[in-house]
Amino acid sequence: MREPQFDLVIVGAGPAGLTAYLYARRALLKTLLIEKGPVGGQVLYTDLIENYPGFPEGISGYELIDLMKRQVEKLGLNLMQAEAIRIEDQGPIKTVTLSTGESIITKAIILALGAKPRKLGVPGEKELTGKGVSYCAICDGPFFKGEEIAVVGGGDTALQEALYLTKFAKKIYLIHRRETFRASPILQERVKSHPQIELKLNRVVKAIYGQDKVEKVSLENLHTGKEEELTLSGIFVFIGFEPETSWLKGLIELDALGFIITDREMRTSVPGIFACGDCISKKFRQIVNACGEGAVAALSAHEYIREL
Amino acid sequence: MGACKVTDQDFEREVLHSTIPVLVDFWASWCGPCRAIAPVIDELAEEYEGKVKICKLNVDENPVTPNKYGIRAIPTLIIFKDGQAVETIVGAVSKATIVNALNKILG
Repeated sequence: MREPQFDLVIVGAGPAGLTAYLYARRALLKTLLIEKGPVGGQVLYTDLIENYPGFPEGISGYELIDLMKRQVEKLGLNLMQAEAIRIEDQGPIKTVTLSTGESIITKAIILALGAKPRKLGVPGEKELTGKGVSYCAICDGPFFKGEEIAVVGGGDTALQEALYLTKFAKKIYLIHRRETFRASPILQERVKSHPQIELKLNRVVKAIYGQDKVEKVSLENLHTGKEEELTLSGIFVFIGFEPETSWLKGLIELDALGFIITDREMRTSVPGIFACGDCISKKFRQIVNACGEGAVAALSAHEYIREL
Repeated sequence: MGACKVTDQDFEREVLHSTIPVLVDFWASWCGPCRAIAPVIDELAEEYEGKVKICKLNVDENPVTPNKYGIRAIPTLIIFKDGQAVETIVGAVSKATIVNALNKILG
């Protein structure tokens, strides 16, 4: 059997993974951070973060990640741009296989995989992504100056992004499947009193239409069954997140939605594999708790390795 | 050296009339994911030097070209070959995804 190359492999370099890396390096663990996309993940899509403590004026997602990255760079950032596709558990030794076929042997693993925006799953959505269908207000909002658009969703993200988009679009339909919003009361108040936002409650999107760009959407009223069409040029979807954990099925315990089940010490069902951040099964997904879990996961991993 | 800058003014000469394929990264300073993939774009410029021209176009300073190509999301990467857009990638994807697209064009 090959000797472990690392004490710890962290998969995912968002706030949870970067914090885990910070704690792991301070524990002097030989650590590798693997990320398939840009460092930062979902946070990069946030224009202004006002609920991360220590930044009274708020901070952009990119800047927050840049600061976190600089902090771990001081401890030596061992970052590999690659995609993990398989994990094999052989007790005290674990193998992470990459999409390139390369495999890495480690004593412990932290999964900080994050989550990706959930799709509507309606006709036209995939074809028109990047042509009016968007999951990122900060990236794509400015292309809709003076136009009519829709936002779909009823949580904090949907309402916050709808408010942000009023800077560009002249009119925004806020489409939500229920009568009431999940979002925090302060955001609900702002949305309901905003002259550019029209609520479309108890309605779901049935289809998105357009030739090369979004032209209209059809809605169904869940109470009356009545259908209607809205002419618009953009539709921004914020209906939650889903994890990318199908590759872990059969290895570790997942909940019904595919999120990883952990205990309070961030241990998964497999000893030596820990998880943190948006990929775990929990009620609230905030940057600040992702970071907290990252710290706990690294400290737990340290303890596990010490006791091997 | 990194990726070169193109503008509305020199787009036709630098991109459409290029003798080798060109990858254009449509970006803006307010777009976090665009800034996050910028280092990857610069690396690709080094790695594909002489084979593919890698350029960046700021959509704030150059509104005509993104409008012409119907861009409604950034980052968008378009690969041009012989003046034609042959491949479009929307969003901040992995380096491997871009490499695969470039290698497919190069054949």
